[in-house]
Amino acid sequence: MYVYDELDQKIVDQRVAQFRDQTRRYLAGELTEDEFRPLRLQNGLYIQRHAPMLRVAVPYGELASRQVRVLAKIARTYDRDYGHFTTRQNLQYNWPKLEDVPQILAELATVQMHAIQTSGNCIRNTTTDQFAGVAHDEIVDPRPWCEIIREWSTFHPEFAHLPRKFKIAVNGAAEDRAAILVHDIGINVIRNEAGEVGFQIYVGGGLGRTPIIGSLIKPWLEPMHLLSYLDAVLRVYNRYGRRDNKYKARIKILVKAMTPEAFGAKVEQEWVHLKDGPTTLTQGEIDRVSKFFTAPAYESFAGDDAGFVAARQDNKGFGRWVERNVFAHKQPGYACVTLSLKHPGVAPGDVSGDQLDAIADLADKYSLGELRASHEQNLILPYVKQRDLLALWEELKALKLASPTVGLLTDVVCCPGGDFCSLANAKSIPIALAIQERFDNLDYLYDLGEIDLNMSGCMNACGHHHVGNIGILGVDKNGSEWYQVSLGGRQGVGASIGKVIGPSFAQDEMPEVIEKIINVFVAAREGEEPFIDVFDRIGMEPFKTRVYAGKPNARAPKEVADA
Amino acid sequence: MPKLIIDRQIVDNTATLLRSAEDGAFAAVPAQGTVIVPLAQYLAQKTELNARGDVGVWFAPDDEPELLGADAAALSLIAVEFPAFTDGRGFSIGRLLRERYGFTGELRAFGDVFKDTLNYLTRCGFNAFVIREDKDIGEALKGLDDFTESYQSSVAQPMPLFRRRHAS
Ligand code: HEM
Ligand code: SF4
Repeated sequence: MYVYDELDQKIVDQRVAQFRDQTRRYLAGELTEDEFRPLRLQNGLYIQRHAPMLRVAVPYGELASRQVRVLAKIARTYDRDYGHFTTRQNLQYNWPKLEDVPQILAELATVQMHAIQTSGNCIRNTTTDQFAGVAHDEIVDPRPWCEIIREWSTFHPEFAHLPRKFKIAVNGAAEDRAAILVHDIGINVIRNEAGEVGFQIYVGGGLGRTPIIGSLIKPWLEPMHLLSYLDAVLRVYNRYGRRDNKYKARIKILVKAMTPEAFGAKVEQEWVHLKDGPTTLTQGEIDRVSKFFTAPAYESFAGDDAGFVAARQDNKGFGRWVERNVFAHKQPGYACVTLSLKHPGVAPGDVSGDQLDAIADLADKYSLGELRASHEQNLILPYVKQRDLLALWEELKALKLASPTVGLLTDVVCCPGGDFCSLANAKSIPIALAIQERFDNLDYLYDLGEIDLNMSGCMNACGHHHVGNIGILGVDKNGSEWYQVSLGGRQGVGASIGKVIGPSFAQDEMPEVIEKIINVFVAAREGEEPFIDVFDRIGMEPFKTRVYAGKPNARAPKEVADA
Repeated sequence: MPKLIIDRQIVDNTATLLRSAEDGAFAAVPAQGTVIVPLAQYLAQKTELNARGDVGVWFAPDDEPELLGADAAALSLIAVEFPAFTDGRGFSIGRLLRERYGFTGELRAFGDVFKDTLNYLTRCGFNAFVIREDKDIGEALKGLDDFTESYQSSVAQPMPLFRRRHAS
């Protein structure tokens, strides 16, 4: 993974000093609340329901064990002994004290970490495939490009105060695990027929209250022009994005208003001036960054490990975990292992200090000291030998990190919701827990196959409910908490937005509603058909009929089509 | 006398900034002293104003540098308003004036300007800052040194860090 030199370190250290001074001036009354807010937001610090909340950047999801140990120490010293992995591959602390934040940042800086631009109206942490560099279906490793974008976006002088936040995602594999179509800019790293690397640039995707799938504005961009082209896109957005209404300020609204073709043409016009300027990448720089991401010294294995193959057959529990939580690796004899942060009774994405320490130890023992965070709020060990899998599984079980449910119904993606977030209409965590409790029979869960269930506490859509096969959204009805359900969303290459099923439900109805939806699916299913295919085949109607059967207030579908 | 920072020095601000009326009517130009007129007024009265001399032009965030174009190079003072420091359009205006339209005179930021934005402003080509009256101008000056290194190509340092890294 990338390692800072003294220049990278200096920039992060100077930010710590600057933020220490800003906090001091705020506490001394020299900066008003209104002035401090955008400044602290640019450093990942929100003031929430109970306390400040600090979001720490995990650039493109890569973590080293020594960093995880510092995260554990911070959780223990400055928080209530836990942290929360988010849907943007970051880690959030829910209970730090404002006065402690400069010190937390200083501790993070000792292991080349920071909270720079993790919130606020600026370019956020760039995200990518959690299996980057090790995925069996990878075309180009996206990480060097992510790092080049990280450096370019860090304290970019022109784009520090954009109309709204700005998120970039990069994918380099056949399957898009980075959800690039729902980002402000989505970059697909591809190869042309001659085998040369280039980029496809999508803009204007996003979730939130106006979910939109991104549009392709540049089908082929040569690598050396990456930064000048991004400068051009951002400049057009910085100048023309709406600033009068924060709900219309994302780039997706501008792209839609101009049309993707006109937006793309405007970018080209701007780019003419910037292309081939000093920000044009050099081969030297591409090589410098790429060498941090070369393959480690793998042991060579002829193929699958025989002991592993046998154990998988003989041990049902292990076999199940392998089926769900182990992902095929590029390198024969190796595997990528997902540590599930979805344990019954624990909020999705939460980890304790002790778990973090234990995870760091496992990374050292089994995975060359490296880990990844995924946008499904799980952690990954990317370099595990197949012959170690059984032993690793035993250790993970003891740590409650082996729920064999990745991709299944109970692998719920969920925002912090009403328990922590002041924008929430409704709580999300208790619903996630209630669903996990209702569907606790593993055999049944396995039979159901892959179902993405995503939940957000309000229309800001932090839990990406629009792209869940089943999406749940917290809504406010006369001051009480209700839930709107949508079906048919999906992420990845064929990303699309789910459709609302009908009027919303009270909290205590939710587990049953989900159960009814599942029952309709099971009854209609042919063979091993996945949920989303059944939905595409039979449509919304059978689900709607079952879910609202006998409900006195069931309204005609038309009324809610635009809800 | 109000003060401003020019090239890291705290000096008197002697210029008069003219604003158009609500209905867009241009303000009368005083016979003497440095004036800074809105872009629209400059474009409308260019000949007279150039003949008078001692004139600068100011941009609101939605004014387009393209309208001034190459004329920028002949001016000695351009000011850009930041009605709120969180409105970053002025950053793009600064860079366009410097990098595309050849402006080499004094580039002045005014409005919601204080310590925490000076670093970005400098890198976008600004060399003069009218600090908000309720803020300590001496403290603000220190904001110029919050960062001594940066990654990107900018007006202050056209060579991005990656080109300088490889030069050594
Ligand atoms: C707890 C305090 C939080 C607050 C106040 C907050 C606020 C917001 C707001 C206002 C938006 C909508 C912005 C827009 O679309 O214009 C948003 C979107 C988003 N938030 Fe949060 N958020 C919080 C926590 C989180 C957490 C914990 C996560 C990750 C689990 C998260 C991930 C996201 C994502 C991914 C989006 C983007 C959806 C999209 O535009 O594509 N947020 N957040
Ligand atoms: S979706 Fe709404 S409730 Fe959930 S974290 Fe985001 S802003 Fe808060």
